[in-house]
Amino acid sequence: MSGSAHSEHAESKVRYGMVIDLDKCTGCGACSVACQQENNVSFRPDESDKLRTLSWMTLYRLENGAGYPDYRAAMLPRPCMHCDSPHHSPCTFVCPVNATIRDEHTGIVDHVAVRCIGCRYCMVACPYHARSFNWWDPKWPKSMEAMLTPEVSPRMRGVVEKCTFCHHRLNLARDRARLNGEDPDSVVYTPACAEVCPTGAITFGNLKDPNSDVAKLAKDPRAFRLLEKLHTEPKVYYLSSAQWIRRQSDNGL
Amino acid sequence: MDKALIPEGVKRCPLPVFGLWLLFLLAVIAWGIYAGLTVLIKGLNVTGLNNYFGFGLYITVDLGIIALGAGAFFSGFMYYGLSRFFPKLKELHKIINLAVIVGFCCYTGALLVLLLEIGQPLRGWFGYWHANVHSMLTEVIFCISCYAIVLVIEFVPIILENRKLDAVKPLHVFGHNLHEIMAIFAMTGTFLSFFHQGSLGGVPGVMFGRPFAYRTGFFIWPWTFFLFTLSAMACGPAFTALICRIIEKVSNKKLVDRSVYELIAKITGSLLLIYLILKTMDTLYWALDTAPGFGLKLSDFYREPYGMWLLFAELGLCGVLPVILLLTPQTRNSNGLLFLGFFLNCAGIVINRFAMTVEALAIPVMPFDQWAVYIPTWAEWAPCIAMLAYGALIVSLSYRYLPIFPREKELNP
Ligand code: SF4
Ligand code: SF4
Repeated sequence: MSGSAHSEHAESKVRYGMVIDLDKCTGCGACSVACQQENNVSFRPDESDKLRTLSWMTLYRLENGAGYPDYRAAMLPRPCMHCDSPHHSPCTFVCPVNATIRDEHTGIVDHVAVRCIGCRYCMVACPYHARSFNWWDPKWPKSMEAMLTPEVSPRMRGVVEKCTFCHHRLNLARDRARLNGEDPDSVVYTPACAEVCPTGAITFGNLKDPNSDVAKLAKDPRAFRLLEKLHTEPKVYYLSSAQWIRRQSDNGL
Repeated sequence: MDKALIPEGVKRCPLPVFGLWLLFLLAVIAWGIYAGLTVLIKGLNVTGLNNYFGFGLYITVDLGIIALGAGAFFSGFMYYGLSRFFPKLKELHKIINLAVIVGFCCYTGALLVLLLEIGQPLRGWFGYWHANVHSMLTEVIFCISCYAIVLVIEFVPIILENRKLDAVKPLHVFGHNLHEIMAIFAMTGTFLSFFHQGSLGGVPGVMFGRPFAYRTGFFIWPWTFFLFTLSAMACGPAFTALICRIIEKVSNKKLVDRSVYELIAKITGSLLLIYLILKTMDTLYWALDTAPGFGLKLSDFYREPYGMWLLFAELGLCGVLPVILLLTPQTRNSNGLLFLGFFLNCAGIVINRFAMTVEALAIPVMPFDQWAVYIPTWAEWAPCIAMLAYGALIVSLSYRYLPIFPREKELNP
């Protein structure tokens, strides 16, 4: 399909990215659920062991540590940051079999499940815990099988998986653009999480297009990224007007 | 009963006793195989690993055992390479066979455990087919498998020295010729080992998203690359000496001259000292420059059960102390203290491998994240213990049926 048929430009004009407004986020978890369904992320009857669940979009609870009445809490949705560090992302740098690679035309860090040997080196190298391992065979209740997304292949036991910025939606958008005689390299599309968020907290688009909402929001004075000091160069930005939240975004800020 | 197979002029325990020992080892190995099959059939969910601890006991044991197995390459390097310039190193001839056998056990054992460690063992060969040249793990996969082949080649002539096999003319000639060219393999092994011991160090060192493990370095190699190679050289021969001592104790015989142990003590003690100085410099630079650059203090990295005590155990109890024990003539003269020195040396390096792979993962990188603790399950212990039993099996068989100690006859008239 269209995924690999990119044009040749080395310095691409597309860098897909995301901005999540924590001031708007209510922590409802719709993004996480939509992601799970859209990307055929399997689950088990008992998901109480949070260190073993498959989760592409995880909600973290942040607390300011103060007592009543100054107590504050916030939720922080965390997809894969699609790290844009020069040369390599932390995870793509270490994968011995090129099963996780950054598409330099879009900036999307992808994962080829059928090539992954399950060594979990990428998981260990990712500081955001954006990757989960398939500890069990994926299984869905019979009644849910008809609801699986046909464009996304389910992953098998023994491999790692993570957020792809709904790469299949990009492929569909590119195909549509081709049919309409438009430039497939400049399409805009919306991942499932951004589509369902009831408060409109998630904005997605091309960070390199100065006119895009996402590029404008990324320059907002409220904008920050997680763990900037590590120089992983996340393409996911957060917005918050609360100083204590911004402080928790990085060590020793 | 098996007299015809036992090397001439040496004594071995009665076959039934040896048989019982083998039976015990085989039982442990069977337990490990059962655990291994459970992991392969049911998946890694039977282990204590999780999304935070992607690396666990398997990796620690692999890294530890490969460092301890470094006696093979480093003794070979000293004997075949350096002894031209330092004739004293010729002494190592008396223990070199054992070093090769121990190395063989360590590497083949590690490869078997590695097979369990990856979630898709059937895709193990993708490491060669889809190799990512930037990944340290790729370097590890290539060098370790090449070196395991070199070790097999080095082991073959030792096997061919068995009395019965040696009586077969073509085998005798083949074995003899192999002996002649062994220096080439020893040097190839040295070259490969320098690289894979180093790239094993590179595995944690290049993770720039993990402030505990990440190290700056030289060109494409983080400092851990060099530290791992050096520490493997410092503990490998010590491990060989320990194994030799255990065989001596069990068989109630003297197998090598004490001078060999003393030589190994001086070499490993000196290397450990150099390693400790560099490691301390590395730790200080990391604690005072690298980590603060990431916004972290030294104390942020240590919390029970992975407290500062691990650092003190690694560098103090199992670092400075063995250096003193191995380099001071008085302590070196006491058997108890000498072998305690060897033991602590090896233990320190294993703690280092644990710290760089498992402890490194306990520390939350995102400030709002939590600390995690990892507890291995029986499915992880069993294959690791079985691997040790497998090593004991190979060493036992080799000792019984092969003339691996050239001085055994003279030392036990
Ligand atoms: S967030 Fe983790 S998985 Fe995503 S690109 Fe960065 S290192 Fe890789
Ligand atoms: S787990 Fe898969 S994707 Fe991750 S480093 Fe290993 S082979 Fe690559």
